[in-house]
Amino acid sequence: MKIPVFRAGLIATASFLPLSLIALIAFLAVYSWPAIQFNQFQFLWTNDWNLGNLYGNPVTVHGAQIMPGAKYGIWFLVVGTVVSSALAMLMAMPIAIGAAYFLSEGVRKSWAGPLSLFVDLLAAIPSVVYGLWGYALLVPLFGQTIFPFMAKTFSFIPFLKGDPGSGYGLLTSAFVLAVMIIPLISATLRESIRMTEPELKEAGLSLGLNRLEVFWHITLPKLKTVLIGVGILALGRALGETMAVLMVSGNALNYLPNNIYAPISTMAAFIASQLDSALQDPTNMAVEALSEIALVLLLITVVVNFAARLLLWMARVR
Amino acid sequence: MATRAIERNVSLRASAKGFKVSLSRRVMTAFAWMFVVFSFLFVAAMFVSIIGDVLIHAWPALTPKLLTDITNGIGGGLKNAIEGTMVMSVGALLLAAPIGIASGIYLSEHGHGGAGKMLRFLSDVLVGIPSIVLGYVGYITMVIYLGWQFSVAAGIITLTVMLLPYIARSTELALANIPLAVREAGYGLGAGEGRVVLRILLPGAAPAIMTGLFYAVALSMGETAPLLYTAGWSNYMWNGQFTKEPIGYLTYVVWTFINEPFAESHMLAFAAAFLITAGVLILILIGRWLLVRGQRRMGAYQG
Repeated sequence: MKIPVFRAGLIATASFLPLSLIALIAFLAVYSWPAIQFNQFQFLWTNDWNLGNLYGNPVTVHGAQIMPGAKYGIWFLVVGTVVSSALAMLMAMPIAIGAAYFLSEGVRKSWAGPLSLFVDLLAAIPSVVYGLWGYALLVPLFGQTIFPFMAKTFSFIPFLKGDPGSGYGLLTSAFVLAVMIIPLISATLRESIRMTEPELKEAGLSLGLNRLEVFWHITLPKLKTVLIGVGILALGRALGETMAVLMVSGNALNYLPNNIYAPISTMAAFIASQLDSALQDPTNMAVEALSEIALVLLLITVVVNFAARLLLWMARVR
Repeated sequence: MATRAIERNVSLRASAKGFKVSLSRRVMTAFAWMFVVFSFLFVAAMFVSIIGDVLIHAWPALTPKLLTDITNGIGGGLKNAIEGTMVMSVGALLLAAPIGIASGIYLSEHGHGGAGKMLRFLSDVLVGIPSIVLGYVGYITMVIYLGWQFSVAAGIITLTVMLLPYIARSTELALANIPLAVREAGYGLGAGEGRVVLRILLPGAAPAIMTGLFYAVALSMGETAPLLYTAGWSNYMWNGQFTKEPIGYLTYVVWTFINEPFAESHMLAFAAAFLITAGVLILILIGRWLLVRGQRRMGAYQG
């Protein structure tokens, strides 16, 4: 029998993909195991990240060597990550749907190509440039004019009142994240709108609906699964975004936001900003605790992406 | 457009018979239209504002000095960072392209069974993994465990893992667009599987695969998070060592130099951001142009 060299080679190289995913999870789990054992589950819902006295002598607590007074709790990161991504989704969804409709049906075909370039290129801008834009343009603008104005105007709404802050914070991060994920949602939705059967639309039109009503009552309900799938996918992106959030979030430590202008930090941004100080810990527990955060973030995004892809597969969208 | 003609027809007939669209419906439609137009204008405005902001701040700093000087603590040029970005993007592409394209071929030609579905699913999940997590894993495995320290190789391998799923999926899509009859013709002429793929399918899908590769390079150029703790940072030119030798890259300049208190550092950060953005956008536009040109020259397969 002839050995299928070509196919065997293909299979061998293709297996790099799942192997790297498994390796990622395995390496992180193994490396952060001491931290997992030390922190138990309180890690997730205690609000106390403290590297301890880095100049003291290591002490042994629960069989693990740590610096005196060291505690690792990331509730503020969980809250910051989830709330900023949820706010971003809230802002991005309507605008992405509107833009997708505008580009797929609102303008004539010959204009739609060049105009959709705006959306596609927006998706390609590196996240650190988003961060720079947020830092240089949005933070001063929001902090000096828009947030004080909002805080004054909406002083009767619970989370919109109070100290408008400096511009670094939850709402600024959510805004930057929203601008980042709008093109993602919009691009897939645009294709799906185009793929919808024209018969459905024509049936709606012949009942006397105008085009927007057809979109709202017929096309959009039909694309519900796609919409949810793409939404979750974008959520995954927002949850894991590092650089842009790092530059505009204010990098709060052990602080829970009391209104939407307050500084926050997210898991991804925290990992990026804290490794340098974690390396000062001679017991290595701080680095392992950071790796536990990375593991939590990885598992969250894997679950989120899993759900999104499952939904999109059921809707037969690539 | 057919729908538009139908709509006009319906409304004409309705008004001829004396039917009127109620005020609330007309108001709602008008509002909806305003929202739709607003949302597109919002996206376009954001794009223009990002590009404009970067360009305006970067303009005074765009001097030949950028290309001839290396960075120092607060300023200087960007020669080393530009070199580093190129080294790592090209390195990651060289590693990721063969593996990614081979995986794409597997997915498209043999990926209809359970294993293929699983693989496709996992590569889609891999796309969604935050790049900082990739960077951290690169840090604990290559930088610490293998003892490479902050190094070019660690950066390149981390980027490679990030790029793999993109390249695999774009290759798969490109090959899947080629009709079955083309493969049958190849096998009918007595070609083996390898020959069909390498001599018939790959050339046919080349423009689309190239577009995917251009996109991947653009993506790797713009990444910061996976490189922070794998490639490190260096103020000097790369000396050709793959391990134990950190390297500079443009995105690092953007995020550290903007935090310095000096105007010169800020200008350098904006200049780096401008170079990165311009590079990424140009690569993506070239990729699209290649696709259009290739399809025009060779003709697209009709599915």
